[in-house]
Amino acid sequence: MSARLAIESTAARLAARLSRLARTGGGTTIPGKLLWKLDPGAIDALAARLPLGAVVVSATNGKTTTTAMVAEILGPGTRLAWNRSGANLLSGIASALLTADDAELGLLEVDEAALPEAARRLRPRALLLGNLFRDQLDRYGELEHVAEGWRQAVRALPHSTTLVVNGDDPQVGSLAAGREGAIAYGLHDPRHARHALQHAADSRYCIVCGHPYEFAAAYVGHLGDYRCPACGHARPELQIFAREIELHGLESAAFKLVTPAGSVPIRLRLPGLYNVYNAVGAAALAQALGVELDRIKDGLERFDPAFGRFERIASDDKSILILLIKNPAGANEVVRTLEDGGAPAVLLLALNDAIADGKDVSWIWDVDFEPLLATTERVIASGDRAAELGLRCTYGGLDESALELEPDLERALDRGLELTPPGGELVVLPTYTAMLALQRIVTERGLTRPYWEAKV
Amino acid sequence: MRIRVGHLYPDYLNIYADRGNIAVFERRASLRGHELAVEAVGLGEKLRPGAQDLLYIGGGQDREQALVAADLQAKSDAVHAAVADGVAVLAVCGGYQLLGRGYHDLRGVDLPGVGLFPHETVAGDRRMIGDVVLDCELEPGERRTLAGFENHAGRTQLDPGAEPLGRVIAGFGNDGESGYEGCRVGRAIGTYLHGPLLPRNPWLADWLLAQALAHASGDEPQELEPLPDRLETEAHAVSAQRARDRGGRL
Repeated sequence: MSARLAIESTAARLAARLSRLARTGGGTTIPGKLLWKLDPGAIDALAARLPLGAVVVSATNGKTTTTAMVAEILGPGTRLAWNRSGANLLSGIASALLTADDAELGLLEVDEAALPEAARRLRPRALLLGNLFRDQLDRYGELEHVAEGWRQAVRALPHSTTLVVNGDDPQVGSLAAGREGAIAYGLHDPRHARHALQHAADSRYCIVCGHPYEFAAAYVGHLGDYRCPACGHARPELQIFAREIELHGLESAAFKLVTPAGSVPIRLRLPGLYNVYNAVGAAALAQALGVELDRIKDGLERFDPAFGRFERIASDDKSILILLIKNPAGANEVVRTLEDGGAPAVLLLALNDAIADGKDVSWIWDVDFEPLLATTERVIASGDRAAELGLRCTYGGLDESALELEPDLERALDRGLELTPPGGELVVLPTYTAMLALQRIVTERGLTRPYWEAKV
Repeated sequence: MRIRVGHLYPDYLNIYADRGNIAVFERRASLRGHELAVEAVGLGEKLRPGAQDLLYIGGGQDREQALVAADLQAKSDAVHAAVADGVAVLAVCGGYQLLGRGYHDLRGVDLPGVGLFPHETVAGDRRMIGDVVLDCELEPGERRTLAGFENHAGRTQLDPGAEPLGRVIAGFGNDGESGYEGCRVGRAIGTYLHGPLLPRNPWLADWLLAQALAHASGDEPQELEPLPDRLETEAHAVSAQRARDRGGRL
């Protein structure tokens, strides 16, 4: 390490310790922000000294979970520089690289818009690109704009980088075209296809000629087995995929993982088709790193979800189930999974409009909440935009007498628990900053440990 | 009464939750004992004369807008005839641009419009994004505020003498400079405001429904009976406050 980098790194690490001592949070991005300000090129140098290189994961939905699955597969035997708290901008990446100075391998989740610069600086050994959905249009701009950034990032990748793409996403799958050694993954089980393309599907039109795609199967939003009847552009051949998928309500999912190295049955401890996508992506990335199939199976089957991505928290004789919602495609999958598990009697929805949530809240009108609203007995609308959320529910068919408005999150959580019968479960669907606020509340109540102390 | 709505290109122009606006029309009509019949009018489909009381067109990404622009040209005469006949129109964002004379991209891509609204749009180098609140007076002496969210690179210049939808209290508006937002031609309203626009601005939904009912019945527009609008009022207040906190233009 150069003398300059050493001094900068020490100063930045000190800032992280101060942040934790001051109990202002996990201190996760403070050192990175400092280092990023002092010297943006430091990220390149920190990444270059990793003996096993860096792997990068990006996607609109599922990047935190997919990255955590890869970490579980690699296991404690590999020393990681991993931004596990989800701080996925360049400052968060700098922090992860700094705080793990004995790391062998970088395992980095990267924000979609930050990907071009992150890939250029990190020169990853393998890059997983999961999916692109419309998300926070006020921050990311149009989907096409993010997709163009990804195309440029892929063109600029070193030849040594193994590219892993979700072939079921037309925009993402096409990135593998013409790139030697690229791996495409996806699902192959039309029994789980949606009856029709959802309202929130984005890439409906052929990326080559603009004609509407025909979907032999659409699994999640526009992810599926597509083909353009006009020009023939179609899903690439999948090297790694899931078949014989079984979804067990809110409890688990099982599937057969098919790879060039053989097939194995996998039983996940988390539910939903979207988590099958995350698992297949993680398996494809692990295989690109040379991990054997039985280690991949063990890791996936051991995996416990990341906070708020599907966590059950006990509170006296009741439980709280927190499922993050942040954009139409992701929220629709949460709704479908809840529906499969039997819709909850009491539902707490929390909508904030901070920068990290998206200041434009119009996306809640593109979510198909209707199946939940038709069966739930009571909805508590919370967060800074509680009234807008309440309106969404009443226009979605909820009787106004079944709706309670409580903008304050802590009071809303208490009210939800009060309405939940003993032995019952309160389902909470928060946006990102509302999820962080809930995390603080349950941590202060001693119901769960802070994420920066969580087990590896 | 039956109110017939023609929803233009719902598969292409739906980026900012446009279906929320349709849901508001449906519910507020039904609460007054009217029935809303929504018909999608897509690419290559004819806009049948006399078959609509209200036309709705939403916004899309550049790619989708380019796909519909040529098709909309072919419907230009039908749109003009409908408005001349007293059909109400709500055009949001991209739809608002395409109902003007045209959109000029920085890369030299020109999308011709139908020329219903007297304006032209030129792409700017900076997107205008954020909460907006407007002061409107659609009926003489009745001043109301509209609250919404804008996200557009296009700068829309109204012709001299054209009637804007409202005066910008906070936010950017048509071009970030003139202090005006949107455009009105008779019963046709065009605006950049989404959010979606109507759930938190029920008075505008009712105004448009009243115009559509007038077309359906052949009578003069009648004010609709008021609804409690408890949540609507609160959502409007929060949204308007967001815009005011953000402050003035540019």
